[in-house]
Amino acid sequence: MKALRKLFDNIKPMVEEGGKFHAFRSLVDGFETFAFVPNQTSRTGSVNIHDAIDSKRIMSFVVIALLPALLFGMYNVGYQNYLAAGTLGDASFCDIFGFGLLAVLPKIIVSYIVGLGIEFVVAQWKGEEIQEGFLVSGIIIPMIIPVNTPLWMLALAVAFSVIFAKEIFGGTGMNIFNPALVTRAFLFFSYPSVMTGDDNVWVAQHTIFGLGNDLPDTFTAATPLGEAALGNGLTDQWSAFIGLIPGSIGETSVVAIAIGAVILLWTGIASWRTMGSVFVGGALTACLFHQTGVSPLSCVDQLVVGGFCFGAVFMATDPVTSARTSCGQYIYGFLIGVVAVLVRVLNPGFPEGMMLAILLLNLFAPAIDYCFVQSNINKRARRAIKK
Amino acid sequence: MAKVIKLRKGLDINLKGKAALETTSVKCPGEYALVPDDFTGVKPKVVVKEGDNVLIGDALFVDKLHPEVKFVSPVSGTVSMVERGDRRKLLSIRVKSDGKQSARTFDTKQDIKALLLESGMFAFLRQRPYDVVANPEDKPKAIFVSAFNSMPLSQDFEYALKGEEKAFQAGITALSKLAKVHLGVSARQTSAALTGATGCEVTVFDGPAPAGNVGVQINHVDPINKGEVVWTLGAEEVLFIGRLLTTGRVDLTRTVALAGSEVKKPCYAKMLVGQRLDTLLQGQVDLSAGIRIINGNVMTGVKTTAGGYLGAHATEVNVIPEGDHADEFMGWIMPRFGTFSTHRSYFSWLCGKKDYVFDARVKGGERHMIMSGEYDKVFPMDIYAGYLIKAIITGDIDRQEALGIYEVAPEDFAIAEFVDSSKLELQRIVRQGLDILRKENA
Repeated sequence: MKALRKLFDNIKPMVEEGGKFHAFRSLVDGFETFAFVPNQTSRTGSVNIHDAIDSKRIMSFVVIALLPALLFGMYNVGYQNYLAAGTLGDASFCDIFGFGLLAVLPKIIVSYIVGLGIEFVVAQWKGEEIQEGFLVSGIIIPMIIPVNTPLWMLALAVAFSVIFAKEIFGGTGMNIFNPALVTRAFLFFSYPSVMTGDDNVWVAQHTIFGLGNDLPDTFTAATPLGEAALGNGLTDQWSAFIGLIPGSIGETSVVAIAIGAVILLWTGIASWRTMGSVFVGGALTACLFHQTGVSPLSCVDQLVVGGFCFGAVFMATDPVTSARTSCGQYIYGFLIGVVAVLVRVLNPGFPEGMMLAILLLNLFAPAIDYCFVQSNINKRARRAIKK
Repeated sequence: MAKVIKLRKGLDINLKGKAALETTSVKCPGEYALVPDDFTGVKPKVVVKEGDNVLIGDALFVDKLHPEVKFVSPVSGTVSMVERGDRRKLLSIRVKSDGKQSARTFDTKQDIKALLLESGMFAFLRQRPYDVVANPEDKPKAIFVSAFNSMPLSQDFEYALKGEEKAFQAGITALSKLAKVHLGVSARQTSAALTGATGCEVTVFDGPAPAGNVGVQINHVDPINKGEVVWTLGAEEVLFIGRLLTTGRVDLTRTVALAGSEVKKPCYAKMLVGQRLDTLLQGQVDLSAGIRIINGNVMTGVKTTAGGYLGAHATEVNVIPEGDHADEFMGWIMPRFGTFSTHRSYFSWLCGKKDYVFDARVKGGERHMIMSGEYDKVFPMDIYAGYLIKAIITGDIDRQEALGIYEVAPEDFAIAEFVDSSKLELQRIVRQGLDILRKENA
């Protein structure tokens, strides 16, 4: 530890203004603040003591909350491949998980390298510290795309979203749309064939380092939502709950997501108001459609399949892009649930509606807040007139 | 029976080193100083020269815009130095004490406002909006006095009040001749001089910090509207006025709480405004260690040195470790058991009511506002704190007015600044916002 401290102390003069390696200031700064809590003390004119919480801690806990879903997603990638090849019985847990790990890891690495790379460059350019927001987006992105998405597409989409959905607004805390969802939307509208297409995108089809199985090119596997769009109901609710169904990498397991939800709610990072009302809105709308016979999926089916849970727990609750007033969060969440199911059921072009619902409500979150803030403003104005 | 207002929002922080209820004697030093920066919003004009002899109650400087507002010497002696800094900014006026404590006597029969102005007591009155020294030309709608401070390590006013109950009542009575007086009392305070004070409306506040902030009390009792002015006064400063009225002499003695984890025996001491702090700190604090001496409260006070002088509004001197060589490894993922946080990603919720040692580190980098609702949890006013801060950062004056900037002072944001995960300097932001607004509206 002392050696590390010494190393940073030696490197620092080189990257400061006028130093030989000034171009790497943000990089060294980023690593230093990860290794050591900054020793900077509060300035006079501000509070002298501070709570130990900072955005690094918060973002790390979101990543921790995401891990169960990610690890399960890796296992499911392997499971789906072996299941499709019919060799599930011969495969050990290590084979299945190892295959999934090898299939998913490159996506995580690409997502982080591209996204954090851009963050470092922007931080250097603006003379600021690295912002931690992408630590979360960078791990969410691989979890909400199909396993067969090519890496170059992923890189392109990540670059697009980090630059155009985040940095041009001023970085983490200033963005209007959730950057991870913008990445997915970019892929979804630019390369529709690899995002839903012919249902051959959800299951990994090639062996990796001898693990897994080669599947025939004609192999297809639809997600439960794809089936529902064709009018078929959910056959196995239990697998959908556990998560052993085709789908985007991290979204399938309700159990794993629930563990993450508990972590987020217990630490208070995610708003229970938002999360709860997404489920309420979704359940009520799903019930309505099921009762009237429009959708074959029941209320519970709608909530356990697709990205509903993942979106409700990890994406709708993004504090930056969701409503900020506590009353506004109820409405914001509720409408996400309603719109997500609405899109799923009524629009034949989109079997999944969570992404579109959250992006749409991201856009409306400031408008929802406006109503509540304005009522406070009006109250103050009325008070002044009354006197 | 006084009205009781229960406050839910807020946070009581348990810090190690609370002052024990005993008063130690402090040696009188040779030199005292009045620091104009303690009186926010004043343009000082020096009215003495080096070498002049002054009595207690003689003006050292006045406000250039309102020369009738005088700032008076706490001791008798010789003006030893008029200290100036960059661009001849007045930093302090130092008075070498003659040890006699001879005071000027004032005619207490005269008009109360004229008396307060003449004796320098008026300078302690602050006004909202802007949280600056009050303007004598204004007609305030009320005067608010908070009889308690809820911040950690703060002075217990009931202890300071002991033996001076009559002076306190005299002060309140005098103030009530200027405007309606509201006295905010804590639910834990039992002194009859507070709960049974006459000539004022007593309101009891029950809740965590910052319930003792006068701004919070105004917001719940009679909020300020645009165009209205409210004056505020510290509880101990009511004693100053009371002493003046009962004796005819200015007496700026405070019962200062010396508290904090770095103080060997936290206790109280009688000190004059402007007294050198080393008289208080000697033997109590290891000055060679990396410590931070705070003139005033740990949440709102300013960093100073042992050679500093007791601030005009300071009711405590807090001493905490500076912590600038802590080199804490990977704090973002370590459990950090001994560290306090309101956030459940740390484990202070497991440790119960423990006294914590805080150093002065910010413990993170400054970010844009990321989390929502953090401020609102500890901001017990009917104001959207986060939105107000954003309006100040963006310089949108109309919106600041609409969101209620006239009702707040920097100190009201102290707890919010403490819990902020984005580490924004809220008090500084609010102070700058108020200064700009005051200039624009002038």
